[in-house]
Amino acid sequence: MEELAVSFIEIGLAEGVFLFVVGFVGGLVSGFIGSGGAFVLTPAMMSLGVPGIVAVASNMCHKFPKALVGAVKRARYGQVDLKLGLVLGVSAEAGVLYGAHIQESIKRSFGDAGSNLYVSVAFVLVLGVVGGYVLRDAWRIYRSGRMDAVEKAGRLARWVQSVRIPGTMVYFKSLDAKISVLFTIPLGFATGMLAATIAVGGFIGVPGIIYVLGAPSIMATATELVIAFVMGLGGTIKFAWSGLVDIRLAMIILAGSLFGIQLGAIGTTYVKPFTIKVVMGVIMVVVLISRAIIIPVYMAQLGMLRPLDESVSAVLSKASFAIMAIALAFGASIILYALWHGRRAHLSQHEMLEEPVAAD
Amino acid sequence: MSSNRTELWKAAVFGIVSVLLYFVLFEFEGEILDVSIRGRWLSIVPVSIAFAFSLVHGAFTANFWRALGIRGNKNGGH
Repeated sequence: MEELAVSFIEIGLAEGVFLFVVGFVGGLVSGFIGSGGAFVLTPAMMSLGVPGIVAVASNMCHKFPKALVGAVKRARYGQVDLKLGLVLGVSAEAGVLYGAHIQESIKRSFGDAGSNLYVSVAFVLVLGVVGGYVLRDAWRIYRSGRMDAVEKAGRLARWVQSVRIPGTMVYFKSLDAKISVLFTIPLGFATGMLAATIAVGGFIGVPGIIYVLGAPSIMATATELVIAFVMGLGGTIKFAWSGLVDIRLAMIILAGSLFGIQLGAIGTTYVKPFTIKVVMGVIMVVVLISRAIIIPVYMAQLGMLRPLDESVSAVLSKASFAIMAIALAFGASIILYALWHGRRAHLSQHEMLEEPVAAD
Repeated sequence: MSSNRTELWKAAVFGIVSVLLYFVLFEFEGEILDVSIRGRWLSIVPVSIAFAFSLVHGAFTANFWRALGIRGNKNGGH
């Protein structure tokens, strides 16, 4: 334990303010789309000199209280399906453990570069397929001009809801239907595996709840917070058991992220499901680009490509982090704009309704 | 107006308690970090701290936005 003690950094005012701001933006996005802030927090902490494993552990320790506060807030708006969140959370926990095991095996066999390449390829494949699908759906809604229409379950979700497997059927309020819990197991497991690999399980969890199970976007993003709480609590206990959590880092990030998550949750009450899909899809695709451009660096480190010039590697690494930060800032800007715009429209509508009463 | 004042008071009270919690955390950061990184059953320490901060700071941030007049739309969001 002694050699770990020297790995905990000094936190000055500049580091504290930086983590608070990154936490706020991460919280804002998580409150709105159920997840998505975590992928930039770990690299942000590492940029301050925090060892990777301590950064992952501390990120996890800020994630579960943040998800708890966000889930409670959104439950007040009637957006959370607690039962579905807990059912998915249990299989997600198993996915986290299995995903962490795969990560450790890859790291043992191929070192840091192998592990980084695996994470980046997972990012590109998952975000390419799922992010592309979400954006395509958003584009289809935009083209049809029915951005205000009530969401309906798609073909896959209707099939899932039509399958009857005796002894496994459970009613979920977000679906307003009974489905077999057997369908939730692979979905939760994949969410957990992704969380253990790229720190954002919601990139599979939320689209899965919408397109595979058939829940509305707003309830899917809110329910994802319950899954994030279950996964985050389990992950924190696992890392804290090994003494890897820097509670100071976790609580500074939490300070900012709780301001953000409240605002993000409020934002969901002023927008249409279409906006949630746009924010989620755009963040996923921009993050995909950020991870794709770093892949050659890791491939060169593993000898799969000719060695890259050191300056080229440095530029690609910095560009990758910058694009990731831009993705988060872009998502946060859309959320703040949607909140401001939705609130203004709501207030002016409210004033118009009150005017005749005042005239009387 | 009185509801706004109540929210302002709540924000102030939870805000003060939240600042106190952060003050204690950083005033005794060496001791708290030392205990929390011992691991095993003492993992309850960082987990409990996280829960306590989420309750107090979560209540503060909720009342903070409410006191500023930023609230959810009761007719929207689901």
